[in-house]
Amino acid sequence: MTPAGPAESLRDAYGKTLLELGGKDPTLVVLDADLSGSTRTILFGQKYPDRFFNVGVMEPTMMSIAAGLALSGRVAFASSFAVFAAGQAYNFVRQSICYNHANVKIVATHGGLLVGGDGGTHQMVEDIGLMRGLPGMTVIVPADAPTTRAATLAVHAREGPAYVRLTRENLPVVTDGTFQLGKAAELRSGSDLTIVAVGAMVARALEVADELAQMGVSTRVLDFASVKPFDEPALLRAARDTGAVLVLEEHSVLTGVGALVASTTSENYPVPVRRVGVPDVFGESGDPWALLDRYGMSLERIRDEAWELLRVRGKVQ
Amino acid sequence: MADEVSEETIRSLEATALEIRRDIVRMTHAAGSGHPGGSLSVCDLVNALVFQELRIDPARPDWPDRDRLVLSKGHAGPALYSALALRGFLPREELWTLRKLGSRLQGHVDRGKLPVIEASTGCLGQGIGMAVGMALAARLGPHAFRTYAILGDGECQAGPTWEALMAGGHYKLSNLVVILDRNLYETDGSTESIMGIEPIADKFRAFRYHTIEIDGHDYRQILGAFAEARRTTEGPTAIVAHTVKGKGVSFMEGTHVYHGKPPSAAELERALTELGAPSGAPR
Repeated sequence: MTPAGPAESLRDAYGKTLLELGGKDPTLVVLDADLSGSTRTILFGQKYPDRFFNVGVMEPTMMSIAAGLALSGRVAFASSFAVFAAGQAYNFVRQSICYNHANVKIVATHGGLLVGGDGGTHQMVEDIGLMRGLPGMTVIVPADAPTTRAATLAVHAREGPAYVRLTRENLPVVTDGTFQLGKAAELRSGSDLTIVAVGAMVARALEVADELAQMGVSTRVLDFASVKPFDEPALLRAARDTGAVLVLEEHSVLTGVGALVASTTSENYPVPVRRVGVPDVFGESGDPWALLDRYGMSLERIRDEAWELLRVRGKVQ
Repeated sequence: MADEVSEETIRSLEATALEIRRDIVRMTHAAGSGHPGGSLSVCDLVNALVFQELRIDPARPDWPDRDRLVLSKGHAGPALYSALALRGFLPREELWTLRKLGSRLQGHVDRGKLPVIEASTGCLGQGIGMAVGMALAARLGPHAFRTYAILGDGECQAGPTWEALMAGGHYKLSNLVVILDRNLYETDGSTESIMGIEPIADKFRAFRYHTIEIDGHDYRQILGAFAEARRTTEGPTAIVAHTVKGKGVSFMEGTHVYHGKPPSAAELERALTELGAPSGAPR
């Protein structure tokens, strides 16, 4: 079992990958809405100023402008914080980009509670549900920097709209960066229990799985970075093989990956599913990692839910 | 320099305008829903664009150098569908499928269904942004087309319209022409009684647009404004086209009632008589 690597910035990985793509693809254009330092699109902007548009605080119209560029033969990346990119701009993403099937890649940083101090207004915990519901939209939630790089390359290579959700905090490297669209990555094999996780919660999934392993519980960990297209066969295989699924996400449990896993299993192969994520509330200011603990995503809670599933399945007393 | 517009050109445009107006009332009647009022008001602007101003070719609808037209007020689709059909971009008999299941002629213009449409619109406040993106793309090259966007006046109440206009001015997009169909009415009543947008020409000027005010039913003025826009190289042009809602059908003129309501059978007969057409719905 490989321990998690040192924490790296997903945003830096995104910015550097854009820079790399800029040299290879002259049709690439990048847009930002006055957050280019935070989203790291500034790296592209400094090298390719003619192909970089910092439109200021107009996220809805940034999406329409990106669509217009894409409808005229350009590949457009548009970045902002998740609350603005998916929330403020929702109907512009819907009509200008998705309805037109415009080749626009939205890479949203600052998803979830890990935004920390900026507080509940800026902690976007509904974006996966909003974006996943849009016809034709690809949705990716990388767990680490190598996956961020691979996902940026993957959405660039695939014609059509995409939404990539990044986290503000640096995250430990947990994958080998061999991300594939539509494929879940099995980070631990196991037969007693499955943990499905996305984004920052993948590292926590691995931590709990490794603890359980020491107690003789064999836990499969699936990184579902590719939320849409969703690797339904991998999920149903896991449901059949392990008989129970625990889902971890830094997102509302009402509309996120947990809801997706629960509906997919119940329609195809019903097994007990427990969802760990943000309950039906907004966040608040605080230390990023303390917020995860406060809002129901602590290691202790994850352990409790895991044991509960094992108990329900009769695998422990 | 005088912009020569021949009598023949004017007569030809007036003839197609009459056809488009007849199509609009027939199409919306056949559909049983739709937006005749704003389609009739924008008719002459769309007609002048499709038949005179735009560099487009029915034989090459996807020609990369073609000029782009974004109908931001996507509910006025009937005017554009009819003009495009008359110009040879789609079969005329398809017009009577408007708003019917399986039709390419959606209630609001739809690029996915009908690729000659440059941008799907309908949810207001998004068309100018897409037009700005197209104009930026044209500036980057290699295809140096011009982009025209038609804005509704109710749509001027939407904040993102002004975001997009601000961007067009900021980037000095001299290849962008924004045309306002100033017909004075939106769904619930007059714009000025609901949420006033005046002084609208001053607002365009403040947003760094070379702004021209015209009678949006006078072809010499319309074509003159397009020519002036082409000569404007410092930044984008806004054309405030003063129009009459429901223009050409007396009982639809100057009222919001037919913004989103089609003519009844009796109203259709009356409208067609006024438009000098043989009575009856097509086929």
